Order: sequence, then C-alpha cells, then structure tokens
Amino acid sequence: MTPDAGTPDPGIPDAAALPGTAIKVEGLHKAFGTNQVLQGIDLTVSTHEVICLIGASGSGKSTLLRCLNLLEPINAGRISLWGQEITAAGIDQNLVRRSIGIVFQSYNLFPHMNVLQNVTLAPRKALGTPRPQAEEEARTLLSRFGLLDKESEFPDRLSGGQQQRVAIVRALAMRPQIMLLDEVTSALDPELVAEVLDVIRELAASGMTMLIATHEMGFARDIARRVCFLEEGRIIEDAPPAELFTAPKDERTQRFLRRIIAAGRL
Amino acid sequence: MDDKQVDPPADPFTGLPGASARTIGGAWQPPGSFGSAGRGPRLFGGGGRRATAISTASTLVVLAALAAAFLLAPGSAVVRHTFFDPRDMWQSFIGNPKKGYYSVGEALWLNIRMFLTAEVLILAFALLIALIRQSVSPVLFPFRVLALIYVDFFRGVPLLLVILAIGFGIPALRLPFVSVQSAAIYGVAALVLSYSAYVSEVYRAGLNSVHQSQVAAARSLGLSQSTALRYVILPQAVRNIIPPLLNDFISLQKDTALVSVLGAIEANEAAQIYSSTVFNYSSYAVAAVLFLILTIPLARFTDHLIDRDRRRRLAGATA
Repeated sequence: MTPDAGTPDPGIPDAAALPGTAIKVEGLHKAFGTNQVLQGIDLTVSTHEVICLIGASGSGKSTLLRCLNLLEPINAGRISLWGQEITAAGIDQNLVRRSIGIVFQSYNLFPHMNVLQNVTLAPRKALGTPRPQAEEEARTLLSRFGLLDKESEFPDRLSGGQQQRVAIVRALAMRPQIMLLDEVTSALDPELVAEVLDVIRELAASGMTMLIATHEMGFARDIARRVCFLEEGRIIEDAPPAELFTAPKDERTQRFLRRIIAAGRL
Repeated sequence: MDDKQVDPPADPFTGLPGASARTIGGAWQPPGSFGSAGRGPRLFGGGGRRATAISTASTLVVLAALAAAFLLAPGSAVVRHTFFDPRDMWQSFIGNPKKGYYSVGEALWLNIRMFLTAEVLILAFALLIALIRQSVSPVLFPFRVLALIYVDFFRGVPLLLVILAIGFGIPALRLPFVSVQSAAIYGVAALVLSYSAYVSEVYRAGLNSVHQSQVAAARSLGLSQSTALRYVILPQAVRNIIPPLLNDFISLQKDTALVSVLGAIEANEAAQIYSSTVFNYSSYAVAAVLFLILTIPLARFTDHLIDRDRRRRLAGATA
C-alpha cells in the first residue's frame, strides 16, 4: 500500500513523508436544519494513529466522519489534513476524497456491478488507471482479504461480512492515506463481525491512519490508541482505552459505559 | 401480550398471511410439482400436467365462445365481407398505384422509420429534461422552470393537436429550411416533443429510485458528480425503468399512425386511401395486424430483458 510514483499527486502530501498531525479538526459545527448535530468538535489525529469514536446513536459520530470526507458541508470550523485546510473555499473535493476512504454501515456496494467492477470503478474513472492495471491491483487487494474467488460475484450473492470486506477493499483501491469506518459491523450478523474486524486489525497493523465509529467496545479497547466519547455533538472525553474504559473521568462517560456494561456489550 | 399474538407467522386470529395459509393464485398443487420448470415465480396458476390440460381446455372454450358470438351475430356476414375480406386484405397489403392506392405493407416502413428516429431522440431529450429537473444548482433555476413548463404543457396537450400544430404551423411560418420539411419529419418532431415529456418523468422516477447512499458511496470514492451519475446512478435508474420505458415505446409505435393527419403515407393513411378508393375496410385490418406484428415482439423483448437482468443478478456469474 505504499503510494507509487505513477499515482497522480492527489494534492495531499504523502503520509509516510509527513508524519505528525494527519487530521486536525477545529471548532467543527454541523446542523441539519435546527438540529445541532456537531457542536464544536476539536480533534487531532496523528499519522498512523487509530482512534475509536464511541457514543450513543445520534451523538454525532457518523456525521463527524461524513464531514471529514466532505460528504456533508459544515456550518463552522475547519478541517485540515497534514496542515492543508480542506474546508476552505476552492478546494477540489474529489481530490480530497481520494485520499480519505470511508466505509459505511450499510456497505453501499454498487448492486449492478460485480466485485471486481466495484473495486476498479473509482481507480479507473477518477484516477485514470488503465483497466488491466486497475484489475491487477484490485486482485492483489482482494486476495489479501480472502476475496479473490468472489471477484465476479454480484453484491447480492455475498454475505454481509463479504460485502463489507469488499467495501473496504473498494475504498483501499484508491490508495487512501486515511480510512474512516462508520459502524462497519453494526449491520452484520454476530458471526460475521469477526471477519470484518480482522480486516480492520490488519489495516491498523499496516499503519493506516483510521477513525473508527463503533459500538464494539471490546474491539475499540483492543485496537485504538485513543478512544473519544461523544455526546450531543461534543467530544466529552478523549483518552487511551485503558484509561477511558477503566477509569472514565467524566460523569457522562461513566453513565454511558454503565449502560453498555448493563447491556453486556463490554 | 399483544406482541405474542402477532409474532407467529400464520396466526389464525390476526389473520396475518402465513407461508402456507395463503398463496397468490390459491391453486392447490400436488406434492412434487412446486413451480413450473419455467423462468421465475408464477403468480397465477401452478405448473404440472394437469394444470396445463385445464388451461388448454379453458382457452379453447373461451375462443370457441368468442368465435361463435362473432359468426352467429346477425350482421356477421356483412362485417366479415367489409372488414376481413381476404382478397381485399391481400390487395391492400401489396397495393396497386395504377388503381390509386398504396401498399399498406410498404407504408408501414415509414412508421418503422418514424418510430426508430423518434425513439432515439426521445431517449436523449427526455434524459436531458429529467436531469435538468433533478438538478439543484441555483444557476440552473430558470432551466428547471422551463423544463417544468415544458413537461406540464406537452403532457396536457393531446398528441393529435401537437402533430397538427407542428405539421401545419411550421410550414406556414415560411422559414427557410425548417418550413420545407416532409410531413413525416414534422410528425417525428411532434412525437418527440410529446413523448419526451412523459419519458422524462419515467426517467425521473428511475433516478429517484436509486438510494441516496449510492451517490454518497460514489462521491466518497472521489468520483465527480457526472462520473457518479454516468456509472453508478444512471445504470441503476435505467434498469429500474426498462418496463415502463418500453411500455411507452410500444405506445409510440402505434401513435406513429396519427401522423396520417398530415398526409404522410404511412400504414394507416395507406389503409384509409384503400378504403376510400375500393369502399372496403379490410385494409384497416391489415394495418392492425401489421401494428401487432411490430408491437408484440417489443413486448416480448421487454419481458426478456427483465428476465435476463433478474437471472444474471441471481446467478451472480459472468465477469
């Protein structure tokens, strides 16, 4: 997954060449109509860092990720990647999105394309990669995640876990430097969760910078270097998992974790 | 406690349809004959040899009853002579310019050409209208208003009036080039204007049927709006609207006959000329049969496309 020289410059500096702060979010506000979803998010993510976002449904985790991918216009604040503001006027959103992959809870594979077409569409049409090369790269990624035998299947013939792994591969095919995972296991049957989490573990081990919204507390404790607890559009607590899960400082975090424990999710 | 009554699949008290309680068509099927060997789920009737025998017998009875009603009617002999005379049908089919009438069969070729030309133009023009109506950019606001007026207008005005207005109105303007075209060209223009209004709405329904998350997925990969539209949204939208789209085209095939009011010698006009020359209406029966020969294959082709798409997605094969 090292960007090669042939890839057109996406406008964002190479992560390997620029360690330090990958994502910087300052005073981010987002509202849908009168519904204030994000109310001043400040967050800094270092290169290669894995951060988990936890919090109840509606706390703003998904919206934060969608704002980072520029899928949602923001109302106030700024987002920078390696020092370059991507929420400024005149930024080419398509260029930014190429370097930030996002994977959704509901997979959102293209149902009219088979697995290989799903994975190669963006490299071919957004990067201009010739078809043979795009397919070769796609096959490399598919085999890395145990999906090579599925390349000519259509999404509706795959299990949820397989679909979600294809969705991850599809995002990785754009050679992003950051991956945003939006509750990627929430729609899966329990027995399929592990295969997707394994993929994410592998990504983390390969040094991918990741922001992961999740309800899997055990997984978050396992994989994250920092865990952020969100409530009502604010980051209430931001700490290493060992600290946040065992000795949460804020009363609201404690209350949330008590509920999670009561539900048997931790 | 209410929940417990709802939960079981075939609760006799709530009357919820259970897997075995109620099947569409309701036909009892002998064990081992579930579904016919044909393609896709059969909604009406079951398979099996017995069912085939029953449906054959029932068809024969109905046809015999209809034929008897037609043949035994008091005016049957006159109608058969006036509308279905084999000799007249053949004469009008091959035509005889020396006697002052044209071949209905040959005239149909004009219908086919008008249909094919109009169809291609409608597909393109209607898509443009649909995309304008679906756009959100403030710059395009005046175009959205124009597109809305266009759709409202041409869906409201009868096709016949559009054909008359264009066919007689534009030549009356005495403009160079545009006023000196053939009746068939004005007919095609009117068909395109009228049908595009309908078809653009079909397109719009198709575009709306593609979930917003598909747009998000495509854009999140860095695809531009137009690339996402072309490769992700439109293919799914069109797939969803193939049946209504082809339905409109079946109707377009017949409506090419309306261009006869402009004097274009298409099948309907040729049939009319025959009937007013020879005073026998069998030429109309010929035209009707010819239109059926055109439209039925398209109807079957529609079924085939729907079927193929469904099978391909279920089989999940092919690279």
